[in-house]
Amino acid sequence: MGKRISIECAHAASLAVKLANVDVIAAYPITPQTHIVERLAEYVANGELDAEYINVESEHSAMSACIGASAAGARVYTSTAGQGLALMHEMLFIAAGNRLPIVMGVANRSLSPNLNIWGDQSDMMASRDCGWIQIYAENAQEVFDHTLQAFKIAEDERVLLPVAVCFDGFHVTHVIEPLITLDQEEVDRFLPKHRKAVYKLTPDQPSTWGPVAGPDIQTELKVQNEWALNSSKDVILEVWREFGDLFGRYYAPLETYKVEDADAVILILGGFAGTGRVAIDKMREEGKKIGLVKLRLYRPFPIQEVKDLLTRVKAVAVVDRAISAGGLGGPVYGDIRNILYDEEHRPKVLSFIAGLGGRDITVKDFKRIGEKVLDVAAKGHSEHKVDFIQVRI
Amino acid sequence: MSAQAFRSIKDIPLEEYFTPGHRACQGCGETIAVRHILKAAGPDVIVVNATGCLEVISSPYPYTAWAVPWYHVAFENAAAVASGIEAALKVLTRKNLISGKKIHVVCFAGDGGTADIGFQALSGALERGHDFLYVCLDNEAYMNTGIQRSSSTPYGAWTTTSPPGKVKPAGQMTYKKDLPSIFAAHGIPYVATATVAYPLDLINKAKKGLEVEGPAYLHVYTPCSPGWRIPSEKVVQVSRLGVQTGMFLIYEVENGQLRLTVKPSRRKPVTEYLKMQGRFRHLSDEDVERIQRLVDERCAKFGLPPLEAST
Repeated sequence: MGKRISIECAHAASLAVKLANVDVIAAYPITPQTHIVERLAEYVANGELDAEYINVESEHSAMSACIGASAAGARVYTSTAGQGLALMHEMLFIAAGNRLPIVMGVANRSLSPNLNIWGDQSDMMASRDCGWIQIYAENAQEVFDHTLQAFKIAEDERVLLPVAVCFDGFHVTHVIEPLITLDQEEVDRFLPKHRKAVYKLTPDQPSTWGPVAGPDIQTELKVQNEWALNSSKDVILEVWREFGDLFGRYYAPLETYKVEDADAVILILGGFAGTGRVAIDKMREEGKKIGLVKLRLYRPFPIQEVKDLLTRVKAVAVVDRAISAGGLGGPVYGDIRNILYDEEHRPKVLSFIAGLGGRDITVKDFKRIGEKVLDVAAKGHSEHKVDFIQVRI
Repeated sequence: MSAQAFRSIKDIPLEEYFTPGHRACQGCGETIAVRHILKAAGPDVIVVNATGCLEVISSPYPYTAWAVPWYHVAFENAAAVASGIEAALKVLTRKNLISGKKIHVVCFAGDGGTADIGFQALSGALERGHDFLYVCLDNEAYMNTGIQRSSSTPYGAWTTTSPPGKVKPAGQMTYKKDLPSIFAAHGIPYVATATVAYPLDLINKAKKGLEVEGPAYLHVYTPCSPGWRIPSEKVVQVSRLGVQTGMFLIYEVENGQLRLTVKPSRRKPVTEYLKMQGRFRHLSDEDVERIQRLVDERCAKFGLPPLEAST
């Protein structure tokens, strides 16, 4: 059985990658992701992990090398953050479009300018339409579990898509937390020791990959990618269920906290859900009917689950750690509002933008957000504008 | 140096891995090169193709000209994709997950994909020592997008983005980037230049590049009929004149030792090469003299004979 240890969250990702027995790692250093690949380099150097470690000269080449290695049939991992993810942007679409089961850790970091190495989610949100499965983790356990599960999901014949496991730079990556590990035998019961590549580049069966496609066929090819991503949800749920049955930790696209009788909820992705729960407890002590929703699975979007849950409340505050530029609020806010629009009993949806460039979102901030959303829930109407939290101008 | 694998045209395999029916222009220089290089590689190869003419003419979905596994990812990263493929083959072989037979990895990219946008990725892959052959098909401009200058376009060439005008009378006012020297400076085991007029030289170099352990760089001058403004039936002749005038220096650098492999006994004046091509039609006598002077200097360094006219 796995042990309970304390570990830096970044190293929890490295440990999961080692246990997943990856074949190829291609990575480029960037804060706050670097600890993940440093530890992987040590595993390879010590012979604890038999993999090819490619020290590429850029993140663009990191993803390009992952694409090549995955197309050749290898189990592949990389991780990046912020500018690195932005530099990979072009390749993200190709990895997904070519149906390559690459797993990537994203240590969410702010985008330049100005140079800021700290956390927010503007990096992944700028690439959210790249066709990848996107999962947000909150702590060491989730980083570890979701990274392991990602290989199984990605490589499933019914999926064959890349998976990004996202977790906040510094607020998650650099924090030492408790982790219940799995030993190799346990992992091997869950994840096949090696990837079984159904389609790959091999002289035994020559195939042409990445051809020219004109207006006569591009639509069909793009639509098939969209179908693949949408239908991956069933497999994701199946893998999470199987993981839970084996190891006792079950996951769902949404994680809820004290929502049963709530008039209003706060919805957030990633590590600050923890602070959010503390704020919910305090507000509950004051008799306020408020709960918290953590969105774990961001793409494919858990449309039905979100609808089922949020149509039961009167108001939702969406806290984004990114801006969708041009007056539309946060990107997750846009998604939530979008899918609720046609519902008969739709709640008011409020956009809050907080925690940019590594700034804390405090319990006090969550309480302020909570009071606003409860007020809207009580009144039944909203004149809410996009609300930037803790702005000193 | 090992013995030549192909001693005469008759030794070149009959098997075709880059098959007819593709959509290249008549007389296309780079398709001649690709066809021969793949004959040197044989069937056990994975090809990575940068975006460019070659990719476009060979893979209009759902057709393909490739009888070997072929992957086009993007413009600037053929060498990085090849790095990943090579690493995967290595580790999967080590883990006994694929058969142990040697599978070559070959990149094809144009001069834009090598000298400009793919330069960094290639430098990185060479430095890391991946075992692959990178082939630059140098037609001296971005031909796929309609003849725009690259950093491999020679001084004095017309292109659509280096048009001769009152201020810039020569057209391309800068000098061709010396890619083989740059990549030889990476200290890789094998660097060579070749051109399609000398297929035996080309195919033997491809073979050698494939067989060395570690990275090999093969720079092939591939004249382009529409881009160079030459009739399609003159492509090979222009290629040969490039060598005979000293415009193309055909050599190999093996473990640091440079050796000319095609050495014209007499050197023709560059005008013979330039006047065949519409892209140089606007050049003044001074421009031509300037090009001649530069070629003379470079040839002297490489130990080629002085200009025929001057002897």
